[in-house]
Amino acid sequence: MPLLPTLMRTTAARLSALFLLLFAICAVVLVLYLTSLSSRMLTTQTRETIIEEVQSLDRAYQRGGLALLVRTIGLRSRQPGANLYLIADPAGQILAGNVESLDPAILGEEGWTELPFTYQRYGEFQQPDAGERPAPHYAIALVMRLPNGMIALVGRDLGEPERQRDVVRQALMLAIGMTALSGLAIWFFVGRRALKRIDGMSEASRRIMEGDLSQRLPVSGSGDEFDRLSENLNAMLAKIAALNKGLKQVSDNIAHDLKTPLTRLRNRAEEAMARNDADAYRDALAATIHNSDQLIRTFNAILTISRLEAGRTSPDMLAPVSLAETVRDVLELYEALAEEKGVALVADTPTDAVVEGSRELIAQALSNLVDNAIKYARRGDGAAKVVLRLEADEREIRLSVADNGPGIPEAMDRERATERFVRLEASRTEPGSGLGLSIAKAVMTFQRGELRLAPGDPGLIVVMAFPRSRERP
Amino acid sequence: MSGMKILVIEDDRDAADYLQKAFTEAGHVAHVAGDGDTGFALAESGGYDVMVVDRMLPRRDGLSLIAALRSQGKATPALILSALGEVDDRVTGLRAGGDDYLAKPYAFSELLARVEALSRRGGAREAETVYRVGDLELDRLSREVRRAGRDITLQPREFRLLEYLMRHAGQVVTRTMLLENVWDYHFDPQTNVIDVHVSRLRGKIEKGFDKPLLHTVRGAGYMLKA
Repeated sequence: MPLLPTLMRTTAARLSALFLLLFAICAVVLVLYLTSLSSRMLTTQTRETIIEEVQSLDRAYQRGGLALLVRTIGLRSRQPGANLYLIADPAGQILAGNVESLDPAILGEEGWTELPFTYQRYGEFQQPDAGERPAPHYAIALVMRLPNGMIALVGRDLGEPERQRDVVRQALMLAIGMTALSGLAIWFFVGRRALKRIDGMSEASRRIMEGDLSQRLPVSGSGDEFDRLSENLNAMLAKIAALNKGLKQVSDNIAHDLKTPLTRLRNRAEEAMARNDADAYRDALAATIHNSDQLIRTFNAILTISRLEAGRTSPDMLAPVSLAETVRDVLELYEALAEEKGVALVADTPTDAVVEGSRELIAQALSNLVDNAIKYARRGDGAAKVVLRLEADEREIRLSVADNGPGIPEAMDRERATERFVRLEASRTEPGSGLGLSIAKAVMTFQRGELRLAPGDPGLIVVMAFPRSRERP
Repeated sequence: MSGMKILVIEDDRDAADYLQKAFTEAGHVAHVAGDGDTGFALAESGGYDVMVVDRMLPRRDGLSLIAALRSQGKATPALILSALGEVDDRVTGLRAGGDDYLAKPYAFSELLARVEALSRRGGAREAETVYRVGDLELDRLSREVRRAGRDITLQPREFRLLEYLMRHAGQVVTRTMLLENVWDYHFDPQTNVIDVHVSRLRGKIEKGFDKPLLHTVRGAGYMLKA
């Protein structure tokens, strides 16, 4: 049967089979327990009846002696559905009653018979040629020895064991039938509904793998485990899609931004080759080297950003960094440049703040911001000025660079400014790889902080915000 | 400068050939080893002024090769070349016993300048207390700078800049080398801030004197030379 193994491979079928088995075991145990309990109750009840009977017989014996007792027993034993009565002489010879035969050993011991015994009721052998032995009866009885040595037995039939077994069998059949039904119900609900949803998920993932990243896993809205799984996977997919989109945009931007200098490089070489002049050659070669260096720098910047975004680091890189010291260092590095460009570069660091991070990366981010600020401050009205400020409150530490240049008036443009290679139209003419802000942003993401662009009055304020939790006491 | 004997341990055949040719053209002798074991054997036999070691090598990686040499007491200066190129990689590279670190892609002029700077390492220059280039004199202990007997006042950072340039007098020093050794930063600034510092320093040591000392080497960096 190839169908069964195939069917058993589905979780629904396996789960249903397991439940079915468990339920069946439970049902059988329950039925057996109830049966034994009820048979025990029946025995107790029977014994009580027998004792009552014995008491009534005892009264007859007291009143009329053995003769009345035998008569009473003879009378009672002929009633339909009667109890069992037996009077035997000390040798075990049956004198009266409705029991025709029984194991003599039973009469040998006084008191309650331990176990139900079999006996033949009087008159059941009236058709001996019927050939068929009637089914034996089960009974329990009280055996008493009378003062004159005679043995009296009063018992009660427990019914045919066959019938008892039938009752149990029926109960078992019913229990197993119910279990099978509930197994089917489980298979239907688990298989049809829950596991169908898993099938739906794998179907959606297959389509995603085939390249359709816009596909999402189904969410039923019930908020159950499957929904939570789907929601998380969907969030992951959204992130992957965003990264993918980012990657595509980056490669487009790289292609675009590197094509220009590469074309220039090639044109210049071609142009120099056309001229047969040693000086032209030398100039062209020098320019080629210069442009190649620029390209290498751009590549290195892209590599830095990707590494930071991948979050790759070793514990070597992380150490307590004094931000005030970093400000001093960067200020010193840029002071000469600012002075040359006629920009006042000042720092306002009333207190120091120490963050856990990379001194190198924080300095790189800050110097990129200062670099930009110096560039743009000069394009504003009035005396160009760049202010580095270090502030801290209980929530975060902010290291900001403010210039009084033209700023970025549109909020949307400020958002876009930190994207890789994005150089707002107005700044297309400035030199630079266009990666300075992107690097700063990547550094802040790596530091678990944030890079914020806010409008100044006038100009632009770029804030490196470090969360407090990363700070060392 | 006089030719050096350079050992290039690099498994990329093209890159190794290019380096060998370029070093030869620069007036040096370069030998190439294509894997870690060969490189180790060559380096062990000695006689090299500098080695350029790629980090990822077949058979034996660059870092363990350098560490093994160092444990044998071989102090041949080593420059590690790496495609990984991050600050943390630099730290592990230098910790393994490397003397300098350069990430791919790099400009050959940068590599050459660094290799030439390395070859002088451990030489007499470290120990000298007074550096002299032409009539320029720098006293490392009293932190005084004089040219032709005239005192020159420098800011602390300018002093360190001049000190580094004088230690490598006659050699090309790149902007990144200056940023790394004088400012202790390894990133690439957007604008060449170093140029401004160098031109300031140049103003201080050359203004009023006829002979230029601090030369710009096109496409490479600077050189202090009498």
